Amino acid sequence: MSTYSSISQLLALAEETGLPLWKTVQTADCDEQSLSEADSRSAMAKMLSVMRSALENYDARHRSMSGLSGGDGGRMEAYIASGKSISGPLVGKMTAAALKMGECNACMKRIVAAPTAGACGVLPAVLLPAGEELGLPDERLVEALYVAAGIGQVIAGRASISGAQSGCQAEIGSASAMAAAALVHLCGGTSKQMVNAAALALKSLLGLVCDPVGGLVEVPCIKRNVIGAVNALTAAEMSLAGVKSRVPPDEVIDAMKEIGDTMPASLRETAEGGLAATPSGRAAVGG
Amino acid sequence: MSIFDILGPVMVGPSSSHTAGAVRMGQITRRLVGGEPVRAKILLSGSFASTGAGHGTPRAIVAGLMGFMPDDERIPYSFEIAGERGLEFEFGTAVLHDVHPNSALITVENDRGERVEVGASSPGGGRILVFSLDGLPASFSGEVPTLIVRTGDMPGYVSRVTGVLAAQGINMSKLRVERQGRGETAIMVIECDQRIPYKVKVAISAIEGVKKVTRLNPGEESK
Ligand code: SF4
Repeated sequence: MSTYSSISQLLALAEETGLPLWKTVQTADCDEQSLSEADSRSAMAKMLSVMRSALENYDARHRSMSGLSGGDGGRMEAYIASGKSISGPLVGKMTAAALKMGECNACMKRIVAAPTAGACGVLPAVLLPAGEELGLPDERLVEALYVAAGIGQVIAGRASISGAQSGCQAEIGSASAMAAAALVHLCGGTSKQMVNAAALALKSLLGLVCDPVGGLVEVPCIKRNVIGAVNALTAAEMSLAGVKSRVPPDEVIDAMKEIGDTMPASLRETAEGGLAATPSGRAAVGG
Repeated sequence: MSIFDILGPVMVGPSSSHTAGAVRMGQITRRLVGGEPVRAKILLSGSFASTGAGHGTPRAIVAGLMGFMPDDERIPYSFEIAGERGLEFEFGTAVLHDVHPNSALITVENDRGERVEVGASSPGGGRILVFSLDGLPASFSGEVPTLIVRTGDMPGYVSRVTGVLAAQGINMSKLRVERQGRGETAIMVIECDQRIPYKVKVAISAIEGVKKVTRLNPGEESK
């Protein structure tokens, strides 16, 4: 099977072969890397299990090296448990899971970069609660991870998944696009709906800058995992409802690249601008 | 790029460049010195110096020096574990020019009294690049099988080393030779298409003038 460098090529490849999108991604990667499908699948299953154990082993008492983060996942969970949440249990669970994963990363726990460590919470925060809600077996979640990886691969090739290069749109934005497509898979949507959801999700996070306080992957990164997750949820729902992105996925990705290329260096992970340069941002890290 | 570069690596947070890559730097230094490191001096440069502490970079480098993998949950406790294992270390800062902002210069001594000085950068995604070795310029990542041969600058040694590889059916993809000066120590870095077996190391070590041979085979980092 040939490989793909755009979402439209990926879609065409899936249509040509009649394979589901996840399988198309898997087959293309196995061919390219000379990997057996069984090995690929067990490697992907491992990613899922690392995500799940990070979430399950979350400890609200832990704090990051800088002392800036920790405990918020626990706060959110307690609030949801109190029954006061107006957004409902699923959104509440996703919010709590995104915070927990972001905090696990900040507290030097084992996580899966997806596509980066800073954005590691988005995919698990969407997929694990949704899988539970829908009562799906793990195989389906593993398939969804392939869908996510396929979207991420195109973004990485055409644009970037690095905050230092293209700002946070490339990290949280990419993660959100990946999660949106993956969620459509879990909900039984079509390949077209998956990539459309990715476009809808990425569009809404275009322009997001990378401005981490003190240069540390904590503020605002942890909480941005929440918006990445919730944005993926609404994008997936819109796509499943038949709402279409006027701008197709590849053009959205190209727009992200162009925006990233024109973003000043102060807003690309250097901690010289944005939130990092605010008085409170500076004070938080003693600078 | 594989899909497991997008979903992955599995790593201990918080940063693929400042934590996972830092572990890899320690690891590659451990392999380049050989044996068990007992003393290390680590100079952090650029962003490693300014934001390293909050990213656990120093702990990550020390963890790598002990052979830990980037997903080892003992990384946050590496200083204490190093204390138990008798690895002494000190940190400082350096201003390194013309290198990536995420860089460090690591000098280690092993239990046989051998020393090596490694300059390495971590440009992102947990990948690394060694840009200097014992003060000589270098450029390798250890992502493909790599052979590092330190020799006295003897005539004909390059062809004898490459001859061993050819005899074993190992393809070279890149060969670089650097030396301190005429007749002084030279370092050959050879990247190969196939895994480099132990017998290659033995055969090359037997060549006159060869001082030290290091094999870097991907997937064998923690050895
Ligand atoms: S702000 Fe920067 S460091 Fe933080 S998650 Fe976004 S891209 Fe990553």
